[in-house]
Amino acid sequence: MSGTFETPEVIEETVDILLIGGGMGACGAAYELGPWIKASGEDIKVKLVDKAAMDRSGAVAQGLSAINTYIGTEQDPADYARMVSNDLMGITRDDLAYDLGRHVDDSVHLFEEWGLPIWKQPGDEGKALKDGGMPVRSGKWQIMINGESYKWIVAEAAKKALGTENIQERVFIVKLVNDKNDPKRIAGAVGFSTRENKIYVYTFKACLLVCGGAVNIFRPRSVGEGTGRAWYPVWNSGSTYSMAAEAGAELTMMENRFVPARFKDGYGPVGAWFLLFKAKATNAFGEVYMDKNKELLNDYPPYGLAKVPASCLRNHLMMKEMREGRGPIYMDTVAALGKLAETMTPKEIKHLEAEAWEDFLDMCIGQAGVWAGENIEPEKTNSELMPTEPYLLGSHSGCCGIWVSGPTDLGAPEAWSWGYRSMTTIKGLFTAADGVGASGHKFSSGSHAEGRLAAKAMVQYVLDNKDYTPELDTSVEELTGDIYQPVRNYLEHKDYSTAIDVNPNYITPKMLQFRLQKIMDEYVAGVATMYQTNAKMMEVAEHKLGMLKEDAQKMRAKDLHELLRAWENYHRILTAEAHMKHIQFREESRYPGFYYRMDFNLVDEENWKCFVNSTYDKSTQTWNCFKVEHVDVVDKSVLMK
Amino acid sequence: MPTFVRTEKCDGCKGQDRTACMYICPHDLMKLDKDGSETGHAMKSFNQEPEQCWECYSCIKICPQNAIEARAYADIVPMGGSVQPLRGTDSIMWTIKFRNGTMKRFKFPIRTTPEGSIQPYEGKPEADIANIKEDKGFFNNEGKIPYMGNPDELILLK
Ligand SMILES: Cc1cc2nc3c(=O)[nH]c(=O)nc-3n(C[C@H](O)[C@H](O)[C@H](O)COP(=O)(O)OP(=O)(O)OC[C@H]3O[C@@H](n4cnc5c(N)ncnc54)[C@H](O)[C@@H]3O)c2cc1C
Ligand code: SF4
Ligand code: SF4
Repeated sequence: MSGTFETPEVIEETVDILLIGGGMGACGAAYELGPWIKASGEDIKVKLVDKAAMDRSGAVAQGLSAINTYIGTEQDPADYARMVSNDLMGITRDDLAYDLGRHVDDSVHLFEEWGLPIWKQPGDEGKALKDGGMPVRSGKWQIMINGESYKWIVAEAAKKALGTENIQERVFIVKLVNDKNDPKRIAGAVGFSTRENKIYVYTFKACLLVCGGAVNIFRPRSVGEGTGRAWYPVWNSGSTYSMAAEAGAELTMMENRFVPARFKDGYGPVGAWFLLFKAKATNAFGEVYMDKNKELLNDYPPYGLAKVPASCLRNHLMMKEMREGRGPIYMDTVAALGKLAETMTPKEIKHLEAEAWEDFLDMCIGQAGVWAGENIEPEKTNSELMPTEPYLLGSHSGCCGIWVSGPTDLGAPEAWSWGYRSMTTIKGLFTAADGVGASGHKFSSGSHAEGRLAAKAMVQYVLDNKDYTPELDTSVEELTGDIYQPVRNYLEHKDYSTAIDVNPNYITPKMLQFRLQKIMDEYVAGVATMYQTNAKMMEVAEHKLGMLKEDAQKMRAKDLHELLRAWENYHRILTAEAHMKHIQFREESRYPGFYYRMDFNLVDEENWKCFVNSTYDKSTQTWNCFKVEHVDVVDKSVLMK
Repeated sequence: MPTFVRTEKCDGCKGQDRTACMYICPHDLMKLDKDGSETGHAMKSFNQEPEQCWECYSCIKICPQNAIEARAYADIVPMGGSVQPLRGTDSIMWTIKFRNGTMKRFKFPIRTTPEGSIQPYEGKPEADIANIKEDKGFFNNEGKIPYMGNPDELILLK
């Protein structure tokens, strides 16, 4: 029987391991699983579900121009853990960062072997990284690539490793289901196809939840056609955090956010401009704010005093210029290219120009469109910079996410490793990449490597739980009924009014998203208030979010595409709520330049040098935030100037 | 720059079950208008939610008819520019046209191996199940940590 829009077909499937998502983390896991399963001699069934097509799904869809995490032979994993910590204002899990640092290069070597072009130093062309070929670094940790097909290549390896018969694309997972006999254990997941009228109910022993970060929670700076030009991919909608929270998993550092300073409107990358071309950012009058305002860094010891101050503090120095009316802010591309040209041949300059454009074309084509439309040639005209709307993520320069069990051999507190590597506080629920909180700076390579670490642990978990049979705590009827509620809302009420989008009985997912973005923007430190909030504003936000959550039950879906948008937005609401609750709980401003609590506008090392973790109770719909002690596993003092 | 489909060029992927652009869009934006009821152009694709387009160009790069282009976000960018790729098997060609008519062309490599040629486990050692309880090291590392740092750095172990 094939389903209809009114009554979808329900497909139930039991596997051992479910991978939710098809991005860098999931592709890493897909690759690592096979050999361990084979070595186990057991028939362990795996399925991967992705809401999109793996060839281009996730944050790497357009490609990338650099691999941002490659340790190389020159550096120690401890250096990496230190950098991550300082950039995130001191509160990260050194055990997780260090562990990533000692594993990540292996994934980069695979990418190169599979066909990803990696730039080499003159003389080392054609020599693989793993054979000692020296990469072109655009920064201490970054290496340059021709990365247009990055995701395509990594997905090809993952698909071959897993077998296409074990991959289900265009299925959106809506929620996880706990075990009937143990609420602290995960037993299943439900979702729907965006192509056919089908609902999928998976039952499993273990799952890897890797659906990326959260975008479009805040009102974007563009509100027309340009809404889609978010910096992080618009389609990552907080599924990772919201589904984990509803399943009872402990979240961590959800107060953290990332507000990248990027080329205005196109949000094109600036890293190569700063690091490779040595460009400087200035106010409207050509003053370099990092020099001019450098005494502001003294307010934030030790993070402001490190050789490289934390990213948020660099924003903080820029925002002073904006607030005091000395904008626009510019990237001085003219001076940078002019300076380089002094010592270069015309051929070298032409090459340099191509590199500058490739930086956009490989990962942010929209920026090239802005430059073309505005007649901007970087050697002749400077480009504006702008801090974007806030994003939540755990793999780029952010550290919100889920609290996971870490490695046992690094001397970290015992409480940080309660079980299998990368497992959350819910048995059988694993995560990686944007999902793992309190670390950050893993980027594409680290996300892949972290997926692999989780995969290995999941196989062990499945072997140790051979006799366990998962049982869902909710009936399939109830689960499937919930998922198609927006469809029923539509079908029941659509003829009440003549205008399909204006109807008192339902709300379109689009309008619900606008409402969420308005609340977050105006009360929870979005761009409208220059990233400022306080306890009173968040009280209002909390009240409004509560009603929004209630109204989410009344979202309509006129087709499968809108059903996708409905559930994406539901995930956004819960993620946004977690973010707000954490900021509310942490009575300080840990990330100046990303957000300011004006009622506690300081970094309070004495009281708040700790993790903030939380759990969500889905029956009462309430959050519980609490402090968790922070410990250094590596020495941070060497970071200082 | 939301994508748009050139009416003349799109052939609806010759009526196959799934069109290339629908298959690839990470945000489920491209849609085939089977009977023309949504656009007036039957069996041709369109971007059903242009204001959600990330301009990732996945659909543009994959369309077999080169029927998809991007028009810069109307609420941000002055008219007249364009950025169009032609993606081959080992390289991609970009043509950038400025509003003032300036043209730039770039060609970049995209891949060093033939598409579809990856043999994920060829030449790799098998996993040793004895190592699975180690919470470090991948299957191909033969029980070792890929990159061991200086142990003195781990201050809590001292
Ligand atoms: C603009 C930008 C620039 C970047 N620059 C660099 C760089 O230069 N170098 C670098 O190394 N890294 C860079 N990164 C970081 C890198 O892309 C990420 O760290 C990495 O992709 C994160 O991996 P992930 O698996 O967590 O998420 P993603 O790779 O984003 O994958 C998420 C997956 O989940 C799927 N999904 C989402 N929700 C659901 C659901 N509910 N059900 C089913 N599937 C779902 C998606 O379709 C997708 O497959 C950049 C990222 C961005 C956005
Ligand atoms: S891929 Fe191209 S030809 Fe095929 S349906 Fe889409 S626009 Fe038309
Ligand atoms: S450019 Fe990307 S987001 Fe936009 S329609 Fe094409 S595939 Fe989808």
